[in-house]
Amino acid sequence: MSSLEHAAVPGSVAGSPSAWDFFADRAFRGLAKAGAVLILLLLAFILWQIGRKAWPGMRDYGVGFLTSSTWDVGRGHFGILPAIWGTLYSSFLALIIGGFFGVVMAIFLTQDFLPPRMAVVFRTTVELLAAIPSVVYGLWGIFVVVPAIRPGADWLYKHLGGIPFFGSTLSGPGLLPAALVLAIMILPTVAAVSQDALRQVPYRVKEAAYGMGATRWEAILKVMLPTATTGIFGALVLGFGRALGETMALAMLIGNSNQLSLSLFSPANTLAALLALNFPEAGPREVAVLMYAALVLLGITLIVNIAGGAIMAVAGRTVKR
Amino acid sequence: MSPGAAPAVDRRPADAAAVAARASFPSLRRAPLERRALRSGLLTAGAWAAAILASIPLVSVLFMLIVRGGARLHWDVLLELPPAGFEMGGGFGNAIVGTVVMVGLAALISVPIGILAAVFLAELGPHSSLAGAVRFGAKTLTGLPSILAGVFAYASVVLVTGTYSAPAGAVALAVLMVPTVVLTAEEAMKMVPRITRDAAYGMGCTRSQVIWKIVLPTALPGILTGVMLSVARAAGETAPLLFTALFSSFWPVEHDAVRLMQPTASLAVLIYNFSGMPFENQIELAWAASLVLVMIVLFVNIVSRLLGRRRV
Repeated sequence: MSSLEHAAVPGSVAGSPSAWDFFADRAFRGLAKAGAVLILLLLAFILWQIGRKAWPGMRDYGVGFLTSSTWDVGRGHFGILPAIWGTLYSSFLALIIGGFFGVVMAIFLTQDFLPPRMAVVFRTTVELLAAIPSVVYGLWGIFVVVPAIRPGADWLYKHLGGIPFFGSTLSGPGLLPAALVLAIMILPTVAAVSQDALRQVPYRVKEAAYGMGATRWEAILKVMLPTATTGIFGALVLGFGRALGETMALAMLIGNSNQLSLSLFSPANTLAALLALNFPEAGPREVAVLMYAALVLLGITLIVNIAGGAIMAVAGRTVKR
Repeated sequence: MSPGAAPAVDRRPADAAAVAARASFPSLRRAPLERRALRSGLLTAGAWAAAILASIPLVSVLFMLIVRGGARLHWDVLLELPPAGFEMGGGFGNAIVGTVVMVGLAALISVPIGILAAVFLAELGPHSSLAGAVRFGAKTLTGLPSILAGVFAYASVVLVTGTYSAPAGAVALAVLMVPTVVLTAEEAMKMVPRITRDAAYGMGCTRSQVIWKIVLPTALPGILTGVMLSVARAAGETAPLLFTALFSSFWPVEHDAVRLMQPTASLAVLIYNFSGMPFENQIELAWAASLVLVMIVLFVNIVSRLLGRRRV
């Protein structure tokens, strides 16, 4: 007889929300909007907070801070040129290595090289590479990468020491092991974003290339990659942004020495490593200059990341057209 | 003459014409040893080599973790306190507790804010200019170097409260978790079919009722995936904790009461500190702690992926 009871429903019309429903709806919508605004406030608060704390350092040291290369707490001389140089140099090396492997990996995973089951294996590998904490990579770098590349580095120094890139011995930590580990850490980012870029290329474009008798690699190199260039470029920029801000692997592997050198084997320093190592024991005066260094790092990474995001947005628009 | 043979006779002149035409055309069949085919094959081999080479680090990391970390892993290690200098034995029980406490606090801060913001982005004003700005802000925050989250928490919590503490570390981790939660939760809510939503509105639900009774329950697996992924990332973060939670060799307990406003240990910082020590015992513990940390991170990762798969 339940059907008879239900029969009454079609005739009745739902009433307007009760006062409580109305109030709850307004309150919850307001709360959600507040949550959204909070995200923007958080970003603004981060910028303001770091900028405010950096102000005394900026006032005392000015632009000279960026171009001087001594870091002497006792005498109050501070400069971060070597750290800026080390940050850019190590990230650039990592980008060359990690970017190459990342893009090849993206091609490998999207251009039908693998039966589906094998593709899952390699895709999971790339994702797991991204999941491993950077401090574990640092530990692995100290005990595996450094001993592994030391003989090769010493051989290069002995035989090609005249070239500035090989101008010193690898005495433990140094730029090359740090850049290698950094390359492994940005590979997943580059591979993931490049895969998206390659997948956005319409299938008929590839079909057309094959239809004209192109080999697999002619289709990839002359059709797929040029079409996805903007997206892949964006992937590289985002990977570069990740490398710039990466801290632990570098703090553990780069050797933390304030020197300007082209040599791949000499110890160096980066902005993030400088912060990690000096903050825990810093006095108020040093905190001010470290905040200044943090602001510089924030500026560089924001510019690179926003540029990467903008390139990706452009890529998404042009490919669809 | 059978009817079937007639066409064969007829085709002969046509064949001759085709042969003549083909002689002036390039061959359409690809020879296996042609230069282009060889080049393609070589590049394919190169791609395989690069893909396998890129997988070596993962294999090597996992191998080292199991061999060096597994050798030391034992129940004692999970329950004891970190050793000092020349001491033998010891463990990292307090670091496991510290990591769990700080990641939990960070989730308590970041998940509600993140989901509320995502509700606004996906449901209330997806095309408003505020939503555009918030999306941009969240994307910018994902690119924030983790050490700068630590600098921020140092400036706004450690300097204010005057002490290194677990809440300071949690704030730093929360800053890193929020954007992931927002962006994944928004995606999950967008996947809820429009018709279910329209049906609820048609029955006279308020927008909040639609969100609470239709959108959030339907999108829950996707939201949980995002939350778990951000938890996995936060558990492995070291840089934001270095000078916010610092480190401690003791349990976060004093006079039988839990005390959070003091330096707190975490697995990640323990690995960092011990990796630079000249003592074999500490280095072994660093490997064991890495194994535990990676197991936690991978476990959370896999669970989140299983949750995400069920949605589809």
